[in-house]
Amino acid sequence: MSDLLEGALQAFWLVFGRDPVLIEISLRSLRVTLTALLVACVIALPLGAYLAVRRFRLRRYVIAVLNALMGLPPVVVGLIVYVFLSRSGPLGVLGLLFTPTAMIIAQVIIIVPLIASIAHQALRELWSDYHDLLISMNASQGQRIRALLWDGRRALLTAALAGFGRGIGEVGAIMVVGGNIDHLTRVLTTAIALETGKGEFALALALGFILIAIAIGVNLAIHMLSGTEREGRW
Amino acid sequence: MSNLFPLSVEGALTRRRGRVLVGPVDLKLDPTGTTMVIGPNGAGKTSLLRMLHGIARLGAGRINWACEEHEAQRHQAFVFQQPVMMRRTVQDNLAYPLRLSGVKRAEARDRAAVWAGKVGLGAMLTRQATVLSGGERQKLAIARALIRDPELLFLDEPCSSLDGRATREIEEILHGVAEVGTRIIMSTHDMGQARRLGTEVAFLLHGKVHEFAAADTFFPAPATAQARAFLNGDIVE
Repeated sequence: MSDLLEGALQAFWLVFGRDPVLIEISLRSLRVTLTALLVACVIALPLGAYLAVRRFRLRRYVIAVLNALMGLPPVVVGLIVYVFLSRSGPLGVLGLLFTPTAMIIAQVIIIVPLIASIAHQALRELWSDYHDLLISMNASQGQRIRALLWDGRRALLTAALAGFGRGIGEVGAIMVVGGNIDHLTRVLTTAIALETGKGEFALALALGFILIAIAIGVNLAIHMLSGTEREGRW
Repeated sequence: MSNLFPLSVEGALTRRRGRVLVGPVDLKLDPTGTTMVIGPNGAGKTSLLRMLHGIARLGAGRINWACEEHEAQRHQAFVFQQPVMMRRTVQDNLAYPLRLSGVKRAEARDRAAVWAGKVGLGAMLTRQATVLSGGERQKLAIARALIRDPELLFLDEPCSSLDGRATREIEEILHGVAEVGTRIIMSTHDMGQARRLGTEVAFLLHGKVHEFAAADTFFPAPATAQARAFLNGDIVE
């Protein structure tokens, strides 16, 4: 209990004392996860819409695999990305291992299935409403997908936020591919793991509280900016 | 010069999971007038409209438009029994079909505003379509169907859940539409409405066109006993 109190106090002083190290790793956490989220959304949202609209032979299996991949173990993803990016790996020449880019790649792989699955679920409902109307209007496949993405944007926001939540709290994969290098790849989650290993529970807890506060803050900011829950809005 | 008519339907039928929903149907339709599709529940009214419009896949037979099939659908519009409201404002709902046709956003929104005024929704342009009343939704759906100036308008029981006032407003819009030469094919359960709007009648029974005649012939003297019984309000099976 004293650790918790001490952690909360330390978090308070770290934030209000504008600790430069804290600011650096917090900003890096945000930069890595928001970039990964952006890339993942560009891939996953159209994929979810495509799966909602398009009927093809293996569609059911693709959806089942996508759902299964939501539970992808991050450390395994990290390991696979590590093998690809390591000096002797197929992409070793790019020299990306132990860089924030490698962390972004790992996070993208982890959150794409999650965002695509949630997006597909949401857009499938919308497509069942729009199906006859859009066919009647002679909308092309691309126009149907665009209509679903636009009109389902608030539901898709939930999918994106779920992806953000998974990404910002992720530690296994980014530890493996990022290496937790000070001033280079250290982010809040890897710093928490490091401080816990050193027995600095109060500092680890302080970083944890800050991580939670950032996650909540980003969620609230996106909700407010997008006008979710405003009366009569979708 | 009509792009769609004369329309001839030859032995057309549509199925769902192996069961024939409607057909085989043989019809010939001219470019003018309002065809009312009537019949008891389950007779195949909605399925006939959906088959003609191309939403329901043709299981057999042919639908011969005056133009190519892919071209034909561009000159048609469909109003559903339960109007589908896109999750947008009234104005954006109306502008959407124009945007699909490549009309620029500003022009589409201007034309949407004009059409909203025509159907009495001019004051609701910025309101979300999903919060409109049943009558307002149906008027919006009709305006959205008409905004691309279709040659043929299908309406599937558009007034089935509306009160008298809203029904009258919809009928006034449809009268205006018919007057400017838009061909209408509409299903209804309301025989008063069929008499008020129809110039010809297709009476459906068990998925087939049982009787097809001019409205001024059909209503006073239906040719078949089943149609007579249906008009008398008897249960027709």
